[in-house]
Amino acid sequence: MDGLRAIDPGLLATVQDAGRYGWQRFGVVVAGAMDLAAYRTANALVGNDADAAAVELTLTGGRWEIAGQPRRVAVTGAEFAIAVDGRPVPAWCSFVLRAGESLTIGRAPDGVRGYLAVSGGIAVPPVLGSRSTHVRSGIGGLDGRALRAGDRLPLGDAGEGPELELPAEARWPRAPRLRVVLGPQDGHFGPDAIAALTGEAFPVTAEADRMGYRLAGPRLRHRGSDNIVSDGIALGSIQVPASGHLILLLADRQPTGGYPKIATVVTPDIGAVAQAAPGANLQFEAIGLDAARALRRDWDAHLASLSARMRPAQSGNPYDSARLLGLNLVGGVVAGE
Amino acid sequence: MAAGPDDPVAAPGHGAPRVRPAGDAALTVELGDTVDPVVNRRVLEFDRRVRASGLPGLLESVPTYRSLFVQYDPGAVAFDALAAALLALVPDGDVPAEGRRWVFPVCYGGEHGEDLGHVAGTHGLTAEQVVAAHLAAEYRVYMIGFAPGFAYMGGLPELLHTPRRASPRLRIPANSVAIGGVQAGITSIPVPSGWHLLGRTPARMFDLARGDDAFLLAAGDIVRFERIDTATFAALEGADGPVARRVG
Repeated sequence: MDGLRAIDPGLLATVQDAGRYGWQRFGVVVAGAMDLAAYRTANALVGNDADAAAVELTLTGGRWEIAGQPRRVAVTGAEFAIAVDGRPVPAWCSFVLRAGESLTIGRAPDGVRGYLAVSGGIAVPPVLGSRSTHVRSGIGGLDGRALRAGDRLPLGDAGEGPELELPAEARWPRAPRLRVVLGPQDGHFGPDAIAALTGEAFPVTAEADRMGYRLAGPRLRHRGSDNIVSDGIALGSIQVPASGHLILLLADRQPTGGYPKIATVVTPDIGAVAQAAPGANLQFEAIGLDAARALRRDWDAHLASLSARMRPAQSGNPYDSARLLGLNLVGGVVAGE
Repeated sequence: MAAGPDDPVAAPGHGAPRVRPAGDAALTVELGDTVDPVVNRRVLEFDRRVRASGLPGLLESVPTYRSLFVQYDPGAVAFDALAAALLALVPDGDVPAEGRRWVFPVCYGGEHGEDLGHVAGTHGLTAEQVVAAHLAAEYRVYMIGFAPGFAYMGGLPELLHTPRRASPRLRIPANSVAIGGVQAGITSIPVPSGWHLLGRTPARMFDLARGDDAFLLAAGDIVRFERIDTATFAALEGADGPVARRVG
């Protein structure tokens, strides 16, 4: 049977899709891809449905093989060093991977997370409507857990299609300052806390995972109680517990919680957070609801037009050149290295 | 004109519920800021109306103790319009309770409830008195959260109010009948917790094999407990059929 095999899953690899919405009322965590634009781009590059499941990679991508028919694959997100049987391949670019070839995904110099999409999608059974893995509750993905060396993931049916790339200028930019909408509990903080939130830098600490990032930097003081009766938590919520240090909540956030939330990072800027490694300085800029909605409209339009922005993988793709040379079809042409 | 985040939309005459933004695609409608059965009943009735409303752009609602969290598609509806439409659905005053009624069998103490003795000691009671007090009360599920299917319940008799453990356990078993502070609960999967374990139910609170009925309890449900012994627990734990009884 066709499959994707993890020879080495890297630091942390999980199956993710767009998330498990609709079950938070029962305490089920949404999960899903941390960098949604990169995840959707990976699917578009290999001709998948926008919500097909992919493998989310973390810091190092490991080594992968496929079984069965050749598949288009693509790696997006951070600029991982990628090679097929030792020949370099660019990120944000689809290429055909055949059984017996080894796909090596090295370190990410500029980010944290990558998305390995395979044509046909990762076909683990959906749980409560989604294939996303939430490791803490053991739901979704492959047996509700992170991938291990030797795991084999089933793949859906796929046809052939073009090798494509999304040029750097056509990707959703990483915002230098993360746009936030104040609230829902900004009323628990005085003007000094709001000014610090939008004026100071908050380094990502080592306590940063799919659930959320604890941030260093200035401590924000509560004006009233540092506890509230638990209410719902949005993607991008910035919680302020009694310590005054910020916690930015991400894909694996709990559905409800009891700390005041001073602001919420807007959805289009969550990808930039997902790619921020420990030590990176996060800065926030407060925007109004109208501006947030306009930004979201741009982002939705960007995601809807990904396929139109793609172009055929360039001949400068060293993997293509190497393959053509290897097949002895391009006699006398020297690959431009 | 969008309401500023410091100026949440208020609806006078509805007990002043407030709509607060939670980013570009979610909002919270607060009906109160305390744990209160009247507030929670209104939240659940409000949630029912919201789900039946067919309002454009609604994606998901999450009822909590005292508020309704709403995820929406900002491409389909703007915050102001949605806030106004939601406020029109907030019930006036108290509403009748609508939850299902359940009886859960519980095996108290021993390996199934290792904190029974500690709770008794904390209050100067015997273990039997703790069990009797726990059995005598009726509990209301305020919300499901923290973990899939974990039921936060009110109604714990005051003489059993017990501060949480100073140091939480890294893992307590699924289907534990536990108390923490003023709250009672039943766990659904193994979780870290500072709550005290009084017993366990052989009912599986969360079971994906049940499909759409994966979660036994929902917010608004009323729960009572009945005592079983270890032999009955063992027999029921492996049983195929339903273990918790619907009584209304």
